[in-house]
Amino acid sequence: MGVEGIGARVARKEDRRFVTGAGRYVDDMVVPGMKHAAFVRSPYAHADVKKIDVKAAEAMPGVIAVLTGKQLKGDGIGNLICGWMIHSKDGTPMKMGAWSPLAVDRVRYVGDAVAIVVAETKGQARDAAEAVEVTYREKKAVVDPARALAKGAPQLHPEAEGNLIYDWEIGDGKAVDAAIASAAHVTRLHIVNNRLVPNAIEPRAALGHYDKAEDHFTCWTTSQNPHVARLVMSAFYNVAPENKLRVIAPDVGGGFGSKIFIYPEEIVCLWASKRTGVPVKWVADRTESFMTDAHGRDHVTEVEMAFDKDNRITALKVDTIANFGAYMSLFSSSVPTYLYATLLSGQYNIPAIHANVRAVYTNTSPVDAYRGAGRPEATYVLERTMETAARELGVSPAELRRKNFVTQFPHQTPVIMAYDAGDYAASLDAAMKAADYAGFSERKKAAAKKGKLRGIGMSCYIEACGIAPSAAVGSLGAGVGLWESAEVRVNAVGTIEVLTGSHSHGQGHETTFAQLVAQRLSVPLDTVSIVHGDTDKVQMGMGTYGSRSGAVGMSAVFKALDKVEAKAKKIAAHLMEADEADIVIENGELKVAGTDKKLPWFQVALASYTAHNLPAGMEPGLKETAFYDPSNFTFPAGCYICEVEIDPDTGVTEIVQFVAADDFGNIINPMIVEGQVHGGIAQGIGQALLEGCRYDPASGQLVTASYMDYTMPRADDLPSFKVSTSNTPCPSNPLGIKGCGEAGAIGSPPAVINAVTDAIGDNDLTMPATPLKVWTALKAATRH
Amino acid sequence: MSDVSLVVNGRKVSGTVEDRTLLVHFLRENLGLTGTHVGCDTSQCGACVVHVDGKAVKSCTMLAVQASGSTVTTIEGLANGTDLHPVQAAFKENHGLQCGFCTPGMIMTSVDMIARHPEGLDEATVRHELEGNICRCTGYHNIVKAVLAASKTMAKGSKGRAKAAA
Amino acid sequence: MYSLNYHRASSVADAVKLAKKGDDVKYLAGGMTLIPAMKTRLSAPSDLIDLGHIGELKGIKVSGKNVTIGAGTTHAEVAANEKLKAVCPAVSDLAAHIGDPAVRHKGTIGGSIANNDPAADYPAALLALDATVVTNKREIAAAKFFTGLFETALKDGEIVTAVRFTAPAKAGYEKFRNPASRYAMTGVFVAKGKANGKDDVRVAVTGAGENGVFRSKEIEAALSKKFDAAAVEGVKVPSKNLMSDIHASADYRAALVVVMAKRATAKANS
Repeated sequence: MGVEGIGARVARKEDRRFVTGAGRYVDDMVVPGMKHAAFVRSPYAHADVKKIDVKAAEAMPGVIAVLTGKQLKGDGIGNLICGWMIHSKDGTPMKMGAWSPLAVDRVRYVGDAVAIVVAETKGQARDAAEAVEVTYREKKAVVDPARALAKGAPQLHPEAEGNLIYDWEIGDGKAVDAAIASAAHVTRLHIVNNRLVPNAIEPRAALGHYDKAEDHFTCWTTSQNPHVARLVMSAFYNVAPENKLRVIAPDVGGGFGSKIFIYPEEIVCLWASKRTGVPVKWVADRTESFMTDAHGRDHVTEVEMAFDKDNRITALKVDTIANFGAYMSLFSSSVPTYLYATLLSGQYNIPAIHANVRAVYTNTSPVDAYRGAGRPEATYVLERTMETAARELGVSPAELRRKNFVTQFPHQTPVIMAYDAGDYAASLDAAMKAADYAGFSERKKAAAKKGKLRGIGMSCYIEACGIAPSAAVGSLGAGVGLWESAEVRVNAVGTIEVLTGSHSHGQGHETTFAQLVAQRLSVPLDTVSIVHGDTDKVQMGMGTYGSRSGAVGMSAVFKALDKVEAKAKKIAAHLMEADEADIVIENGELKVAGTDKKLPWFQVALASYTAHNLPAGMEPGLKETAFYDPSNFTFPAGCYICEVEIDPDTGVTEIVQFVAADDFGNIINPMIVEGQVHGGIAQGIGQALLEGCRYDPASGQLVTASYMDYTMPRADDLPSFKVSTSNTPCPSNPLGIKGCGEAGAIGSPPAVINAVTDAIGDNDLTMPATPLKVWTALKAATRH
Repeated sequence: MSDVSLVVNGRKVSGTVEDRTLLVHFLRENLGLTGTHVGCDTSQCGACVVHVDGKAVKSCTMLAVQASGSTVTTIEGLANGTDLHPVQAAFKENHGLQCGFCTPGMIMTSVDMIARHPEGLDEATVRHELEGNICRCTGYHNIVKAVLAASKTMAKGSKGRAKAAA
Repeated sequence: MYSLNYHRASSVADAVKLAKKGDDVKYLAGGMTLIPAMKTRLSAPSDLIDLGHIGELKGIKVSGKNVTIGAGTTHAEVAANEKLKAVCPAVSDLAAHIGDPAVRHKGTIGGSIANNDPAADYPAALLALDATVVTNKREIAAAKFFTGLFETALKDGEIVTAVRFTAPAKAGYEKFRNPASRYAMTGVFVAKGKANGKDDVRVAVTGAGENGVFRSKEIEAALSKKFDAAAVEGVKVPSKNLMSDIHASADYRAALVVVMAKRATAKANS
């Protein structure tokens, strides 16, 4: 279908409400009697809580209640959990320290919540929060993950001796060591993957409403997966049984992973609503977001890559320390293990790989999945190493990569993944052509004449999306299945509703999902509505993260459409007295092929609901549900090239061109896919050049706690991007979709740093490559 | 407490608020105009941009009582009935938004920007002028495209009107 | 933000009278620095006197080379004023690059200098232009006005009403912005004017000094010999007394002073 179906560049259906200010976010929700909450948070990175005196606060104007962790525990509210079990190499389970939604005896990071104030206005709640007197006994803090493992380091949790959560490995260590020992060349690097703060522009928010008459809770929350939120709050946190808890995630202003997790605030707001008898709303301010949103990345890695005399990779050895912060967030344990180490083969044939990962507690905000989750870290390790190896070996970075590409599919890597399809050389060629790679040396000369240092860098990434099948992830420790559900309702008037367990917070599902339906049922896009984000409306679902909504969520819709189509054809055949096999769907109608007999959708739908004349034994109605569990991950891949110009006087890096050539398999809406790539690249460039979350090493204070100190990419920091796609369809889902949400953030950081290090001739530069760092590196170089 | 009177989107409104109430909170909470958003505490993200007396300002950095007596236009007042303002239409056509949270501020800033540059805009100018608006979704690529497209459409429109008047 | 009492002043005299009422009174001009500080509860005045509606504080007068800018004039108005652009484009250019467009619509020159944020732009211009700060009580030379971080010579209740200066023959401003906040991390204003009938080169640096805006003797000496960007090449500015933070070390700031001075001079000569 040309203009509205699969592959069409359709303007988004949801945009009208957003461009007119009619979007409905959690902070826009008003419930009669609603009051406002403020949290009392620890100013210390690590301290014992000796006493909490709420008297003065309770007496402040407008205050309804001041509630503490003791009361929360007394009411049986449970601790927050990490839902993915990882076992250390010695077979012991990961060491999870207790995380109470309101800290009782000990606070472990700046921002750890100790009490909630509910008041008539937000201002009054904040005034009173300041009046809560908490007596702390400050303890020594540790923020650096390597230091947290050292002897004598401050200890965070009695459950985790030495702050070690797990010491995990994957691959064949002996084979790797042997290959390194006999290698013609070994490239070694120390790599730091900087901590990032996700910074969705909509701050997190929660509105908890307890309805006494029904003994029922409703929670409006900024969530990427309301059903998982309900499941976890019910099963582990004892907020309410599932049938007494409705979770609604309305319009959500960006997530990037940070809104997957269930945080203390939504639990506490629900509980506080029951305690106080009023609906309780909390909206984070930006500094609270900086302190308490789950952060991303924060790895320190030693890597060794071995080559034979023909420059073929023979082995890869990786030793990583992953900083988990003060508590284990919901999916934290999976990020530096199954989302990281399993991608360390990259696009390359590597006969032997070994990765060791130690996860550690520190007195910092919890760390969990952030756009890419593990895969950017793996790609950064590999692609920095490949570029460095090419420089050491004196060969072209492109040709070293090309020589080692996987070219036969399926391909089994030594680290679990079985790549199903891809054409890595095609993306490399496309990117090099788009970037005029061959013309770089001329451009470098021209830049030098202007006094600028020009550099070029590339990155060939692979990632895994649509994590599945459920049985496989279950065997690896996941606490949930990773299927998706869909229900397609063809209404009696012929309009169509699709209920999906995926959740859109910027991805445009209301358009792309509708495009699929429009294509399959041959109906206008306007007649299709997508319903999501409400546990009372939508059957169980798993939400949106890991670029899974296209490959998994839409495949579920596809399967439900199969059922709808089959039933509709049966009804149409019956009504038109034709053979079911002769019914075709065209132009919004069900036709008998080769005849002029036809019925519009609404007549078939109406017939299904009047049920006056249905085939014998057929149930009335035209509504079908499907749960789709993929048979494999999908493997998007691509090549990114970044070209920079550096001003040696100031150390400022300007990105003069950025090229992305991605293979996402089949594409539903190219405009939306490009938008996803643009946004991902911006976040990747942000990581590479601008963003770095910093804690004071002595006090554990968050130094970058607002946009005054944390550098967010702004319009004038970025160029326009040159993006293109090639499409080798994914064989493991019916739509051939691979997923595009994270690629930009995964592929771009090493391309940028490879370019910057190329320009300045210093390979040790760490992210973010700020003007200060680049200037300092250049200055050190001239001094030598 | 103080009385606040404004003309918002062409309508006279008034209310009594605490003196510390910010304009953005008055718009959102007293008037129910929730299209104007708050994304930061340091007056940098621009999600709260509205027009006060015809100029783009950050409504999170102005007290409601300070604005009293002014004329305010918010994102809700931009479209002409069901006809989108050219900047709104350009954002939609060019996919200049994803999650939509920064969008109202982006659009209000862009309308102001285009009005201040009747001579037209280029990419560098648009990027510079967007300094006070942060978007985390789009990488700005399509926002810049949308602003440039709207600027062109509006220039054509005003020339058309000028011709018609002549 | 803490609770406060708001008062709208109709004139400078009215503002002074209103200021006598509260225990911790602050004047509110554009509010572009004060209101963010109040929102984060770092500043907690009991009373705010809004100067934003006082007509006598607004406007720019240019007579020959003599420029008077009313304290309540916004950055956008300074940036757009054609008469000012004709005699001292460096000041228009500086104003056009303060903050972002929305900030420039509200922020005022009086508010900026009275606050004396060490990363504000105007203090560098005033110091390099040897400007006079006019208050409701007296006239203060810029050199005496800026006394330290967020500190000025203003007494309790005193209001800046205007800034006055003589446009120099040549002037230019260039800044390196803090990558995160976009405030000046190092900004340099160079001016070549006349004093006692002789050439007088003044170079003022903002965003870098531990005690706020200061004059760079080293660069002034170099530019006094020849007012040319090349003259600044190789000048060493000491890093002593320069700020150091996560975005810039003192050494880096010292280097930036030289680079920005070079570029500002090139602009002044263009």
